[in-house]
Amino acid sequence: MNWTLALPEIALACAGLVILLVGVIPGRNTFFGCTMAVIGALLLAAVLVLGQPEGTALGGLYVADAFSGFMKILALLGAALGLVLALDFNRRESLDRFEFPVLALFATTGMMVMVSANDLMAVYMGLELLSLPLYVIAAFDRDNGRSAEAGLKYFVLGALASGLLLYGVSLVYGFAGTTNFDRLADVFSGNGGVPAGVVVGLVFVVAGLIFKVSAVPFHMWTPDVYEGAPTPVTAFFAAAPKVAAVALLARVLLGPFGDLAAQWQQVIILASLGSMLLGAFAAVGQRNIKRLMAYSSIGHVGYALMGLAVVSDEGLRGLAIYMLIYMLMNIGTFAILVGMRRRGRAVERIEDLAGLGGTDLGRALWMTVFMFSMAGIPPLAGFFGKLYVFLAAVQGGFWTLAVVGVLTSVVSAYYYLRIVKVMFFDEAPAEGGLDATTPGLAAVTATTGIFNLVFCLYPAPLLLAAGLAAAALLG
Amino acid sequence: MGQRLNRDWMTMTEPMLAEYFPILVFLGIAGAIALAMVGGSLLLARQKPYPEKLSAYECGFEPFDDTRRRFDVRFYLVAILFIIFDLEVAFLFPWAVALGQIGWFGFLSMMGFLTVLTFGFVYEWRKGALDWE
Repeated sequence: MNWTLALPEIALACAGLVILLVGVIPGRNTFFGCTMAVIGALLLAAVLVLGQPEGTALGGLYVADAFSGFMKILALLGAALGLVLALDFNRRESLDRFEFPVLALFATTGMMVMVSANDLMAVYMGLELLSLPLYVIAAFDRDNGRSAEAGLKYFVLGALASGLLLYGVSLVYGFAGTTNFDRLADVFSGNGGVPAGVVVGLVFVVAGLIFKVSAVPFHMWTPDVYEGAPTPVTAFFAAAPKVAAVALLARVLLGPFGDLAAQWQQVIILASLGSMLLGAFAAVGQRNIKRLMAYSSIGHVGYALMGLAVVSDEGLRGLAIYMLIYMLMNIGTFAILVGMRRRGRAVERIEDLAGLGGTDLGRALWMTVFMFSMAGIPPLAGFFGKLYVFLAAVQGGFWTLAVVGVLTSVVSAYYYLRIVKVMFFDEAPAEGGLDATTPGLAAVTATTGIFNLVFCLYPAPLLLAAGLAAAALLG
Repeated sequence: MGQRLNRDWMTMTEPMLAEYFPILVFLGIAGAIALAMVGGSLLLARQKPYPEKLSAYECGFEPFDDTRRRFDVRFYLVAILFIIFDLEVAFLFPWAVALGQIGWFGFLSMMGFLTVLTFGFVYEWRKGALDWE
């Protein structure tokens, strides 16, 4: 019973309960205090993750290794930064209820359970612990029809995806007789064929997980949910849960089903190709910037899945680096989008950015950095993210993936650069420029922006960490 | 071990899938009967709807109002709160029966579970979910 391995999760869950009580008992608004406490708890959990020994715990349900450590730090960092973005926005939109950070904390606990799952049951538990709070915070602006619609849509489709996943899990269990990852890997390691039922189950499991990472063909919910949810919630969705879901997908496919790569590889290749193409072409016509970011995130997941489809050390390292860079670019971009207000009202169309270069040069320059990084223009971080997955694809002989990847990033450069063009070359609208941003948002923008700028100078430690994570999973 | 299991599968799988075949047949028959009944009445029967026929049937007397009306969200809230404590009791019974075998670890696990529920209970109390007005 070496449950101490799961200390980060246990600490987070206990902190969540205590903060819930501390938040509800005083009669006044405790939003700010609770947010700070939650950010503190997330940082504490990150410290615990860093000091975590490796091994399996809780009867083989839970595993801690370099891969889970890397991904957990990413998820915790993304969640903490996402909460900083919500601080000011929620107060101005009167969404400053203390349940918001607490729900985000429970969702983060679910992400950590997912990343450390070593059993299909633990996968499901983590996934639901992540999803249920997310359904609620998508509808957090409950008097707003679009936010309620986003929450409902996410809930109904998410329940469907969970059903698909469970159905697949039951098929796999029926044919293999176990849900534990290590024993599943043993069972599948023979070189004879596997029964059709396992392959069907595997495809259902992959479908359920692909929904969570919002890759084609299960991406339908993403644009509506991203557009409808309050902007900081969208930022949270785009950063932390996506990292955790991609990590889970990688662990499930390479762990228990590692020897069935021939079966799932084509599914992942199709999902990757579809996501890159859809992310590039569907975003071109968007006018709402949150919707554009939704399509952009579908495209980015396509690039990340390319690293998984290759099934190699380099590919998995590329995936880990990609998720790190993707998370930081996205949080930086959203720090600017959350601060988009004109005369006190939140705005979210692309044209609302017009003339930002003239009225607030600093912010426009940071936005330019993020857009160039998203488009993958050297020497910004986004370029290196793409470089490593493309290199892995070429080394593995997946030329189609690499060529489609390069072509779609050229197409997507169009809409990223259009935002830069709108900021610098379009006239500001008659009612004036955007309101000044807040210190918290400016700090997040600057930190993530500096990361994007200087990643190229000293990438070695991060590459090393990602390489260790990849090696831990492929073993 | 993996080898042997795989060979077992190859002999096991085919009959296992074959056992599901009757279910497929039943699904087909059920679909066909349902289609025949609905489609047959659409095609053959005389369609003559009038308000009395379309209104809801309410034990012989006049319907009071539409069945699709709104009712207070508090009913849902009470139902959800009930479910939680209902499940808690359903969970406590087997635990109490097995307490002798599961020892201190089992006892403390349930105490942990009850503590979590208590936190939720305090939350809903403070939020006023238990007051009707």
